[in-house]
Amino acid sequence: MSFFEAEDISIRFGGVQALHRVSFAVNRGEVFSIIGPNGAGKTTIFNCINRYYDLDEGAFRLEGRDISKVRPHVVADLGIARTFQNVELFNKMSVIDNLLLGRHRRRRSNVLTELLFTGSVRDQELESRRKAEEIIDFLDLQAHRDQLIENLPFGIQKTVELGRALTMEPVLLLLDEPSSGMTLEETEELAFWITDIKAEFGVTILMVEHNMGFVREISDRILAVSFGEAIASGSTRDVLAHPDVLKAYLGDEDAFAQG
Amino acid sequence: MRYVMKKKYIEDIRLFTHTSTFFWYAALVVGCFLLPLVCDDYIASLLVFVCIYATAAMGLMLLAGFTGQVSIGHAAFFAIGAYASAILTGKGVPFLLALPAAGLVAGLAGMVIGLPVLRLSGLYLSVATMGFAFIIEEVLARWESLTRGNLGMFVDPPSIGSFHFDTETRFYYLALSVLVLTLLGSKNILRSPTGRAMIAIRDSEVAAQAMGIDLVRFKTIAFAVSAFFTGIAGSLYGHKLSFISPESFTLLVSIEFLAMIIIGGLGSIHGAVFGSIFYILLPQVIIMTKDYMPRLVRDQTGLESGLFGLMIVLFILFEPLGIYGRWLKIKYYFETFPLYKKDTFKKEKSYQKVERR
Repeated sequence: MSFFEAEDISIRFGGVQALHRVSFAVNRGEVFSIIGPNGAGKTTIFNCINRYYDLDEGAFRLEGRDISKVRPHVVADLGIARTFQNVELFNKMSVIDNLLLGRHRRRRSNVLTELLFTGSVRDQELESRRKAEEIIDFLDLQAHRDQLIENLPFGIQKTVELGRALTMEPVLLLLDEPSSGMTLEETEELAFWITDIKAEFGVTILMVEHNMGFVREISDRILAVSFGEAIASGSTRDVLAHPDVLKAYLGDEDAFAQG
Repeated sequence: MRYVMKKKYIEDIRLFTHTSTFFWYAALVVGCFLLPLVCDDYIASLLVFVCIYATAAMGLMLLAGFTGQVSIGHAAFFAIGAYASAILTGKGVPFLLALPAAGLVAGLAGMVIGLPVLRLSGLYLSVATMGFAFIIEEVLARWESLTRGNLGMFVDPPSIGSFHFDTETRFYYLALSVLVLTLLGSKNILRSPTGRAMIAIRDSEVAAQAMGIDLVRFKTIAFAVSAFFTGIAGSLYGHKLSFISPESFTLLVSIEFLAMIIIGGLGSIHGAVFGSIFYILLPQVIIMTKDYMPRLVRDQTGLESGLFGLMIVLFILFEPLGIYGRWLKIKYYFETFPLYKKDTFKKEKSYQKVERR
């Protein structure tokens, strides 16, 4: 049994078969990348894991437990954190508050104890703060701690979003195009961070990514999808050299020759 | 310009960032408690209404300003609080119990209405809450055995033991204490996980879910807490007026609450208080300046509501953050004098986002 599995997942939007019987398995502690051309259904896989969409068929299993029927917030409660392609942060809040929201699933207080702000709530807040601060140190966000998200440049916002996911102390981290919109330097830094997250925090990472250099550098294994179908999966080197993958990205050699 | 050097995390969690803030707020509260010494009964009565409306507005602020769920039915919770307290004290329950009970009944109503209604969003939610307010108004008018219907109910002045809050000054102290506790409670919630979850829901429901926030649950909590505070305010309102009937809780009241928090500044605790001060003050200012207005304006019927409406429009156009936003700017002006730049509060967004999104 793998750590995280997708089993024959299918979903259809009207006339579009967005995913058709896609299966893959992620081992504990690895970086698993999903690649494919635009519109292949990569982000749809993430949205299905998060339960924003209902699967038509198939199931996701986290450590053997079927998570394809639970309510959306339960997915996070089980320790699956994610970032979004176009950044979904809480814009009117400061960086630190965004990170503290990552602690939501760890809260022990309820609205009554919070109303009175009892000692236990205070201790919990201090503990959350300490954890958030660890992440701030890890991602070098100190300079932006108290700024509002809406005033930050996009690259920093992406980093904050990664931080917010890490503050959740997830077991599985879903990264949706982490390097898109980032500068070359930021992307290099990101590669270090992801390697560190895997090694130091022991978090398993499932990533959708377009930047092939980046994928090659940090992935352990890859799944390639095209038009909602899995076309290849396996070790990074094998998949990137797979003829079907090349065809999906570069087009048919014959078609090219025919002009 | 002052810089605060924080050395411990608790300094971020504390209610007041530094000692001087604490000092000024303490001075403000003490000042408020001393006010009746220098003003007459008429002003004291106005101050009572400021406190009551601010309490109710704080309730609505939690829901509309912080959770982003706009309700135009808050008069219903106000009414439920007023009637619950009137009925309970009428049956001999001590006021000290009836007051929180009124809040709880309203909160419970909020929860019950919240569960189905909060699956809606935006305008649909607002209209549903409005419908709820109509239902409550109708129930209060028809349930004659309990509420005496349109005849209305007489409410005794509240008392704790043998102490009666029967003068304006005494009632003012009561209302002010309730307001201060409400503001403290709200602040406490807002600096805790529930408050953050509420703001998260307002800013992005998708991301909130990804954080493990149960949308239905936290919206319901927001609705219940909001209704609780509004119900408490309603209870005081009934006791203050000493007579309540369904006509005291019409749609107009709901809209006035909404106007208060918009004018005061959505998404700030200060806003609820500023808004209610403004709301009470405006008619007074109109009365005082009436003699100096041209006859054509002075004799207009509906001058007050007209001006109030105009104010809302102007605020939304020119100061979406309301009086609180203006307050921040003035404060900042003095803090940085003479370096204040007009564009300090402009979003940097416009030019930072080019190309990258």
